[in-house]
Amino acid sequence: MEILSSLWSGFAVAALPINLALIFGGCFAGTLIGALPGLGPVNGVAILIPLTFAFGLDATSSMILLSAVYYGCMYGGRISAILLNIPGDEPAIMTTLDGYPMAKKGQAADALAISGLASFIGATLATIGLTLFAPMLAKAAIHFGPSDYFALYVMAFATIGGITGTDPRKTLLAAMLGLMLGTVGLDPSTGVARYTFGSFNLYDGFDPIVALVGLFAISEILFFLEERAHGGGLVPPGRVFPRFSRVREGLGASLRGSLIGFVAGILPGAGASLGAVMSYSFEKRLSDKGTFGQGDPRGVAAPEAGNNAASGGALIPMLTLGVPGSGTTAVMLAMLISLNIQPGPLLFQRSPDLVWGLVAALYLANLVLLILNLPLIGMFTRVLGLPAWCLMPLVVAISYLGVYAITHAAFDLMVMVGFGILGFVLRKLEFSLVPVVLGLLLGMDMENNLRRALSISGGDFTILVESPIAVTIYVLTIAFLALSLWLSRRSIVPTPS
Amino acid sequence: MIRKLNGLKAAGVAATMLFALPATAAECIAPADPGGGWDFTCREVGRLLSEQGLVDGNMQVTNMPGGVGAVAYANVAGKRADDAELLVATSTVGITQIAQGKYPAGTDAMRWLAMLGADVGTIAVAKDSEIQSLDDLMARLKEDPTSVVTSGSSGAGGWDHIRLLLLAQAGEVEGLDQIRWVQFDGGSPAVTQMMGGQVDLVSTDLGEIKGFVESGDIRVLALLSDQPVSAFPDLPTAKSQGYDVTGYNWRGFYTGGEVGDDDYAAWVDKLKTLYDSEGWQETAKASGLEPIWRGGEEFSAYVAEQEEQMAEISRQIGVIQ
Repeated sequence: MEILSSLWSGFAVAALPINLALIFGGCFAGTLIGALPGLGPVNGVAILIPLTFAFGLDATSSMILLSAVYYGCMYGGRISAILLNIPGDEPAIMTTLDGYPMAKKGQAADALAISGLASFIGATLATIGLTLFAPMLAKAAIHFGPSDYFALYVMAFATIGGITGTDPRKTLLAAMLGLMLGTVGLDPSTGVARYTFGSFNLYDGFDPIVALVGLFAISEILFFLEERAHGGGLVPPGRVFPRFSRVREGLGASLRGSLIGFVAGILPGAGASLGAVMSYSFEKRLSDKGTFGQGDPRGVAAPEAGNNAASGGALIPMLTLGVPGSGTTAVMLAMLISLNIQPGPLLFQRSPDLVWGLVAALYLANLVLLILNLPLIGMFTRVLGLPAWCLMPLVVAISYLGVYAITHAAFDLMVMVGFGILGFVLRKLEFSLVPVVLGLLLGMDMENNLRRALSISGGDFTILVESPIAVTIYVLTIAFLALSLWLSRRSIVPTPS
Repeated sequence: MIRKLNGLKAAGVAATMLFALPATAAECIAPADPGGGWDFTCREVGRLLSEQGLVDGNMQVTNMPGGVGAVAYANVAGKRADDAELLVATSTVGITQIAQGKYPAGTDAMRWLAMLGADVGTIAVAKDSEIQSLDDLMARLKEDPTSVVTSGSSGAGGWDHIRLLLLAQAGEVEGLDQIRWVQFDGGSPAVTQMMGGQVDLVSTDLGEIKGFVESGDIRVLALLSDQPVSAFPDLPTAKSQGYDVTGYNWRGFYTGGEVGDDDYAAWVDKLKTLYDSEGWQETAKASGLEPIWRGGEEFSAYVAEQEEQMAEISRQIGVIQ
């Protein structure tokens, strides 16, 4: 019961008034930052670093603040995804699939409550997993090599075809487009520039966040302008208070999503987006009766539980090995170093106060976020009551500000607008935008891992199927595809009624 | 830490954007996302400069990622060449890029202020590796250059790769271009992949993998420094084993090419004062840097010389023509 006593002393650290205040403030700021399109957890954490120096916070308090912001952002990203169909950050893209249709049906409050609760379940289960198994899981995760990661991405792409309601062929085409866009920039393994046309601004490729804001927010505005001309309307605010019966429907999905997300989070580099994608596609295969994509509560719960569990999981490689599991944890690691704490395998032994104080703070942050988020649902849904002449310019302004804040480059604003027009055209052609972003987001990591595997083997492709982990993943993928093929066959057979 | 962490695409917000800190004049551009070595250099030096009253108020840190520093280089050369309030963080990695023609201009386009410290190149294997020593490694590579899978946090032709090849060259290994090289998004991911048995060897900065040296999960075959480092006096250098190779990754600053001599000299003085302070000496050591000073003209000459050396090595290994 060493863990319990360590955790208990951790709570003693986290419950200091200053730390409680930081948890509360961090959660609140994080929720807002997460909700704004463009600004995500990485920015949120980076913004606060100078503040921790300015306040002269010690390492533990700083980490508590940053983690509260991190968790807060994961909660916040869903708000704009549900209300406006504009994901606040990358992992929230999956939440648009069912969250926005729910809002359109006047169930915005239900969707927010479901996603809030799912976030809580996902993050709390991940924190429990972190508490009990962190060192063990980290040891398992290091056996995951490049060919295994590649297999994991193959699995994610294999399941993308089914995640949207539209024609699977269009979905695959959209994912392909995303993959192509992902090849722009310096090739990481050789440093050769691809499709940059001599522009240094393209050397780092398209930032997924910029693409995301353009595709979703800007194209949404363009759509709105067009619909206005034809007398279309906004999303109705609907009920202000969520109904418990709807919320309950998402519970099972939350639990399943949490598990999948947690596993994706532990693997360094896979992260929250992959967690959300896998959780959603798994849940859709398991429970879809034609309601997914139309506003099914389970389609909101699964990805939200998944991405929040993944962010908890990402703290495991960070704390036990000093390896960033995501962009945000990379910033947090840099922060630790500048506070004279050496991250690495010895962190648990050397700084038990910091580690256990942080873990305890995570439990509290989750609770605070749930308490903070539920009463705010009424406020958030009222945003939809804003007149369009007020809401739409605000969305445009925030999009520009958020994107400019990422790179300070006017070039990226043009990229954003370009993606906005692309998004508008694709939606006109009835393509879903989600696979485009996923192609861009996951494609780069998929390619990197393929290249790494081939560098190791000296170009021999058999390395891809030599590892038992990879083979297992491929078998699961095939089984998954066969199952969905069988299910879709069966559903075509007309049911006598 | 210096290189881009892949997941870390979406970042870079100036501290003053959302929180109204006192108005500042001095600015430091970190040509990378938050969390990397250049970002660290800006933030730590900025913090110490304002703590010690060497700049008024807070130093503003701006992240300008892109093209391993090329975007910031082009920006400063084109728009802010005469901005005397501007520092830009860089390192050996930046010079490697310049030498390989991956920046819009050569080192002569900027004024080079100073370097404040350097991370030491490290060649390490897993603790249970069959490779026992540097000599053993060289013997294996001589027999079959493809027999050892090497890795680090830069792509092929990057500084981690080049300094390993320099070492192999000193060990008279033939067929340098046949040595297998795997790129990871940082030193610590490379080490964990090595612990998982995916690769055999890691070449990277000591500061990035310090934690694993302390925990005993990896065995250091050689440090690429002139002297043993103060934090780990027992780790052998390549030089002490008869291989005359060093591979530092220094951290320093440049400013625009049209900044006047007085302003230039004032920055060099400020940085020298900072370098001599206890605060910097401690910060540097804590982050695994060896404090090393080169400033002003001496530094400019050093940078120009290094640019030439890098270009020469890159040609030899076929990275550039």
